[in-house]
Amino acid sequence: MKPIPLVPKPQTEPPALHDRAMDNLRYIRETMERATAFTGISGFGSIAIGITALLACVIAAQQATFNGWIAVWFAEGLISLLIAGWSMDRKARAIDMPLGSGPGRKAVFSLTPPMIAGGLLTIMLVQAGLTNVIPGVWLLLYGTGVITGGMYSVRVVPIMGICLMALGALALFSPAYSNWFMAAGFGGLHLVFGAIIVRKYGG
Amino acid sequence: MAKQSTAKKTVPQKPVAEVHNAQPAKEKSAAPNLDRLIHERLRLGIISALAANESLTFSDLKNLMNTTDGNLSVHARKLEEAGYISCTKFFEGRLPKTEYKLTAAGRSALENYVSHMESLIKQMRNS
Repeated sequence: MKPIPLVPKPQTEPPALHDRAMDNLRYIRETMERATAFTGISGFGSIAIGITALLACVIAAQQATFNGWIAVWFAEGLISLLIAGWSMDRKARAIDMPLGSGPGRKAVFSLTPPMIAGGLLTIMLVQAGLTNVIPGVWLLLYGTGVITGGMYSVRVVPIMGICLMALGALALFSPAYSNWFMAAGFGGLHLVFGAIIVRKYGG
Repeated sequence: MAKQSTAKKTVPQKPVAEVHNAQPAKEKSAAPNLDRLIHERLRLGIISALAANESLTFSDLKNLMNTTDGNLSVHARKLEEAGYISCTKFFEGRLPKTEYKLTAAGRSALENYVSHMESLIKQMRNS
């Protein structure tokens, strides 16, 4: 009956421009984070961790008791965490844009779960008296963390994780040589891949 | 304003103009002085990625942006012509490599763009 009034609804503020501006800012931030995570891993930091791990290997091998051995490695774990945190922070700070804050968070998120798992498993393995599988478990779990954390990074990082897992598997099945596998994994791999990152990805 | 010939350039040029009015009429009322050159998605991505890194190679950028050789090189060329990024070519062994860096002009263009977007958002909130 009555013609439908063709009055346009009262226009609310056009959301398009506002939304697009937000979207653009989000895109910039995400791209910067992705690009930082890409080379955010510090090669020099990795080399430093490799050197301290080799020293830890030597000191740990001289310990008469298992408790001494595990205390040395626990200390080395803390030291390498500090080195990693400091070196990544330095590399991230080289970028003086306030938007970049992603790489550290990504590394923390990918490494924390396997480290917690490793800590809990270590306690249980010590209680069960299975101390000789601990090096293999550590290498395997650290390898998984490096693989997941390295998925968005340069390709050498997940490859390093795979090498760590391979050494871990070998260490599990030949516990007599586990100190050597620890030296090769935590020492050697950090040195080699650190050097590759320094050479190819600027520090 | 004059279109530069695309002859080989070794030195990064000075920014031709801060404002590129490719389509002056269309969005002018809503977004005046918008830097069209980096408004385009892929170019904005290239600038952002370079802002977060000292330098990136062509293949780094290609992987990051998830794009094709042709697409990337066209847009990188545009940014290079505007003086926003600089480009060096060299050989690593036998492999030719292209390395991009953000110039000071490019960094300030990105900063301007970010503050432009922020002010747009603020305007909408206040009105």
